[in-house]
Amino acid sequence: MKTLFRTTALASLLSAMASAGSADGKVVVYHWFEYMPQELIEKFTAETGIEVVMDTYDSNESMLASLKAGGIGTYDVSVPGDYMVKIMAQEGLLDTIADGELANKGNIEAQWLDVAFDPNRQHSIPYQWGSTSFSVSRDAYDGDINTTDILFNPPAELSGKINVLDSQGEVMALASLHLGIPQCSTDRDQLKALNAMLDSAKGHWASFNSDTAKEVLVSGDAAAGMIFNGFSAKAREEGANVEYAYPTQGYIAWMDNVVLLKEAPNRDNALKFMDFLLEPENIAVLTNWTQYSAGISGVTPLLDEALAVLPEANPPATAGPAAFIEVCDEQTQAVYDQIWTNVKK
Amino acid sequence: MAAGAASGGSATTDTYREARTWLLLPSWLILAGLSLIPVCLMLIYSFLTKEFRGGVIWDFSLAAYDQFFFDRGLFGDDPAQIEWTYIAIFWRSIWQASAATLLSLAIGFPTAYFIATRPERNRAIWVFLITIPYWVNLLIRTVSMKFLLRDQGPLNDMLIGIGLIDTPIHIVNTNFAVQLGLFYSYLPFMVLPIYAAVERYNFSLSEAAADLYASKFTTLRRILLPAVKPGVVAGCILVFVPSLGSFLAPDLLGGAKNFMIGSLIEEQFKGNAGNWPFGAAASMILLTIVLILLLIFARQQARAEKEAH
Repeated sequence: MKTLFRTTALASLLSAMASAGSADGKVVVYHWFEYMPQELIEKFTAETGIEVVMDTYDSNESMLASLKAGGIGTYDVSVPGDYMVKIMAQEGLLDTIADGELANKGNIEAQWLDVAFDPNRQHSIPYQWGSTSFSVSRDAYDGDINTTDILFNPPAELSGKINVLDSQGEVMALASLHLGIPQCSTDRDQLKALNAMLDSAKGHWASFNSDTAKEVLVSGDAAAGMIFNGFSAKAREEGANVEYAYPTQGYIAWMDNVVLLKEAPNRDNALKFMDFLLEPENIAVLTNWTQYSAGISGVTPLLDEALAVLPEANPPATAGPAAFIEVCDEQTQAVYDQIWTNVKK
Repeated sequence: MAAGAASGGSATTDTYREARTWLLLPSWLILAGLSLIPVCLMLIYSFLTKEFRGGVIWDFSLAAYDQFFFDRGLFGDDPAQIEWTYIAIFWRSIWQASAATLLSLAIGFPTAYFIATRPERNRAIWVFLITIPYWVNLLIRTVSMKFLLRDQGPLNDMLIGIGLIDTPIHIVNTNFAVQLGLFYSYLPFMVLPIYAAVERYNFSLSEAAADLYASKFTTLRRILLPAVKPGVVAGCILVFVPSLGSFLAPDLLGGAKNFMIGSLIEEQFKGNAGNWPFGAAASMILLTIVLILLLIFARQQARAEKEAH
């Protein structure tokens, strides 16, 4: 046992020395998997001499869990989705960026500057944004698809052939838009209606899958499926005859953001990294690669031409409002958790 | 250590008696560190108060078990009734695991018997062949299974091609697909212990039974099966227990439409719910059920052995 403790102490000492030795030369990024092209990382290192060390995660929730379980103090920045920025701020995991600390903050487009999930951008900058709704195979159905009925009250051609994301937040948000009720409702009749509506809609669904949301459309296993817009564009490129819907009832908007973490070991480098991502020429490289959208002004002329006319990225005039996923308080969330359990029981 | 082991070897049958403590220490540390401590942690966590969005507050609470067994309505303020949701999820998982176990037994027993009755020099090759698919990662095998079974997949194409059916059989996203997936995942765990038992079986006993005019079925039922029963029981346990907690097959092949025990627990830790005490409580209840089932097995086994003597 004594040896064990000695080894542990030695290991932590060594790692402490290692991080002290190279502290001025790196930035530690906690990022989604495959969400930043190598080209851009190399450009950052070439311009600033700062090395990028990257760890990856596959969901907002698992990133939160690992930061809460002791990851704070290890990483400088991470890339949470909109609602997760708010949660992380509530949990006290984010550092505040003071006025003037980011030279390029003025490049943020006006509509993304004072956002509800981070008023006045105190902790975050935009990374990419896009939407979530659903896509329908035009081989299976040729009627109007710009309605949430496709998912929750589908035509006979699609019933039993629908894949939904295995993600409570997204399903609940779209279901609320379908019923025209607020996302964090405390009205009992509305909540009961939501519960009943999902219960009957589930009979029309074939599967709950997030990881394979694109594959089930490409393979034809599903004739309609909830999906992110960039994913749907990729499904189309891979040969699926699918069309992405912008329902008149509204659709889900999301934005991933770079946040400055509390106790960031390389705070100055983290700010340089954020400033780098606020340069139009850099964010254009990223956007051309992800096929989503940037929140930085001056990017548009630098984007690929195909991206400007991509149907998945350009809502038609009939599209309803874009809604971000809202963060409910504990008591309200408990009811939504119960409804989700009822859906999947 | 090595010297102690060598010098202690002469007097007793236990060659390594003197050094036993030291030699076993790594195993004990690993067992205690990797299985006992986590189980104890789980037990403790199941009695703590949940923290919103994951984590626990160190206050004693029975809320997790209350949530499992009592239904207080959508808003948590109706009079308490028995909660059937989680019992139904457990029941579904047990049923699926049982079906997969029976399927494995039905295919695994004849396979094991076949291998054990081959000439001795060929048996190793047959066992080797059984294990080949298991060199590939379970996730990849499960996804491949989905590709084989789906409506436009090779299985349906073949059946339509030979004119057996007109429209594809819908298998993916059904309970049957889950059972097939579990069966395929854990089949060798059934074959190998039964093979070991049948290989040790003295086939002259079957000949003797035949000489005494026992039918082939009677010989199987009264002579072979009792003799290889420990292998069958071991095989059934080895397939049933991992099937019970599995979530890959239900998610990928069953479409994740209904929670299984494994996915219910996963959701409490990685999903939106973030209810660690409830996840821990569900794990403890699962552990208790498995322990009870194993105890029943062990008791029956002991009783059967007593009767045999």
